[in-house]
Amino acid sequence: MKVHTYEKAFLAVGLAVLLVCGVALVYATVARGIHLPGQAGRIDPRRVYQTPPFDKPGVKEVGPGHYQAVIVSQTWAFVPPVIRVPVNARITFIATTVDVIHGFNVEGTRLNMMLVPGQISRNSYRFHTPGEYLVICHEYCGLGHHAMAGKVVVEGHDGEDH
Amino acid sequence: MAALTPVVLNPGGYELPDEQRRLLRWMLYIGYAALTAGVFHGLANALSYAGISILGWFPGLKTYYQGLTAHGVANVLIFTFSFANGFLPLMTARALSRALDRRFLWGSFLTLLIGNILVIYAVVSNQASVLYTSYAPLQAHWTYYFGLVLVVISTWLALASMLVNLKGWRREHPGARIPLLAYISVASYLMWFLASLPVAVSFLGFLLPWSLGLVERVDPLLTRTLFWFTGHAIVYAWLLPAYVSWYAILPRQVGGSLISDSYTRVVWILFLLLSIPTGIHHQYTDPGISTHLKALHGVLTFGIFFPSLATAFSVIAALEIGARRRGGTGLLGWIKRIPWGDPSVAAQLLAMLTFVLGGATGLINASYTMNQVIHNTTWVPGHFHMTVGTAVALTLMGVAYWLVPYLCGRGLYSRKLALASSWVYSIGIVIFARGMISGGLHGMPRRTFMAEATYFQPEWRLPGILTGVGGTLMFIGVMLFFVVIGLTIIAGRRGEQPQDIPVSDTLTAPARTGWEPRLDRLGLWFVAAVVLIAIAYGPFFLSYSPAAVSPGFKVF
Repeated sequence: MKVHTYEKAFLAVGLAVLLVCGVALVYATVARGIHLPGQAGRIDPRRVYQTPPFDKPGVKEVGPGHYQAVIVSQTWAFVPPVIRVPVNARITFIATTVDVIHGFNVEGTRLNMMLVPGQISRNSYRFHTPGEYLVICHEYCGLGHHAMAGKVVVEGHDGEDH
Repeated sequence: MAALTPVVLNPGGYELPDEQRRLLRWMLYIGYAALTAGVFHGLANALSYAGISILGWFPGLKTYYQGLTAHGVANVLIFTFSFANGFLPLMTARALSRALDRRFLWGSFLTLLIGNILVIYAVVSNQASVLYTSYAPLQAHWTYYFGLVLVVISTWLALASMLVNLKGWRREHPGARIPLLAYISVASYLMWFLASLPVAVSFLGFLLPWSLGLVERVDPLLTRTLFWFTGHAIVYAWLLPAYVSWYAILPRQVGGSLISDSYTRVVWILFLLLSIPTGIHHQYTDPGISTHLKALHGVLTFGIFFPSLATAFSVIAALEIGARRRGGTGLLGWIKRIPWGDPSVAAQLLAMLTFVLGGATGLINASYTMNQVIHNTTWVPGHFHMTVGTAVALTLMGVAYWLVPYLCGRGLYSRKLALASSWVYSIGIVIFARGMISGGLHGMPRRTFMAEATYFQPEWRLPGILTGVGGTLMFIGVMLFFVVIGLTIIAGRRGEQPQDIPVSDTLTAPARTGWEPRLDRLGLWFVAAVVLIAIAYGPFFLSYSPAAVSPGFKVF
């Protein structure tokens, strides 16, 4: 099979672009600590409100500067609908669903998780700017899907540290 | 210049028996009927992002999501596969100059028809507003799952008709290389057959018995993972028939030649190997799947970018060869000499141009952690309306401008209207995608009835309007297409149709010695694909213990 010189050059440039993108992703994950949600345990969706930590949804401090935000989703609301967290603190979001698949997307951040029945979703984030962040269910979950939203209120001052 | 080698066995011409031509033609018509329903709902969906609800104008439509289900199912499941079911067997028969297997062809047509009727019943009666992804535990009526299974079976039967054809040809031509057009057509559906098995297992093994009440509960992560096991490869099942046209038909239409026979076969082998073990990149933000496996699928998804990169070179080279033969000169001046006035060519060129943007945005989707910025925002439909919604759909419209006249025995009704259709559609997609992509970057959610959302954000205003305007232009473009095709079928001039399928030739003949003939051992490559899939999906299925936890929810 004869491959034209131009073609070799074209494919080499294409491969180089892919390689650069790949290296950037490795850097983001390893050096910057940006992670995808992974395996965080399973749960019986019929017994969510009886199973810790979902028996007490809401925010609690679990260590110095480290908070846990526990959220339950159901058609068509988040429980609790509004959570308050301090600025610059590490917030670990733990969420699940009691019925159908829902989404959990915090606007203006990279916090983006699917909530699948039987599974626990978990990811961490630091808010560096105080203010109100809209939370949207971004997976179709039935008739009232477009009314399913919540809020994260980030409190404190920009410079504050935890 | 070296002697040119045709991509078909008999360049002199071949006519399929009348009955088979009719069957293939009606397969296309089923697709166009679906597309009609699909684009009307598409218009309503797009306008909703601009804050305009026209749902009241649809008789019998109960909710936005019912319309969105119809849009997705009709356009990407029925339209695309109806076309492929007609087109790929026709290409195989033409390449081998051999009639297709009659029973399998009839089987394919009837299962497609019956499957469609069942799906239409379920969707129209609002018993299946689960969107085309069919995520459990949203539960549709059993006719929806069974109808879609029949549609998948119809693609298997179309493949069977091609394989019987190929087998017969090989028996009569021992040791001969498979004509290229037949090779890429069969390989396309061979990939899809393998890709379609997980969704078939999900529907037949879990969702159908569950919807019939035979089992009470299913495991939503399991059925979801089985869906995406098929769900990324399905985009290549949509794309490859368009690639068949770009590689083996379009060069002839522009007066050029395909540069390499072997190279083209290698591209299809790469698609066969890499299309399927990439599905988990649709589940980057899912719980219950290890990040290592997500990373592996991310790397393999980058790999599948490679054959498309190679396609860009091959196809543009073929266009340049054609344009220079037609007197084109200069570094870029030859572009003017491509026959832009031929509506079939123009549609496919515009489809390719859009595909550059579609491919680039796709790479971003595949980019592991970066996916979290755009997952399930309108960025994603912005992306795939440039790929399946334009690269594929507009190419299939371009192909129709010679295929429908060829199958009907009538000339194309109006070149000008056909050209206008493609341009209006293309201008529409650019505006539409600009709207959806910028909205997605601002977190505008996809699959959401935005006209009545309780949380509309000011920065979504302009993206929403662009989506509405672009979507309206795309709708007008498709309507012009239907006018042209409809009038061609009933009023095109008899005798003005193309007498043969415009098949291309290649600059280099298929090699008879060395490693290249091994490319034709499709069965062996099929096994290699199975091995790669086992490596990519084995870790999930071996470590995951399914827990049927979810009863059905009909909250639509």
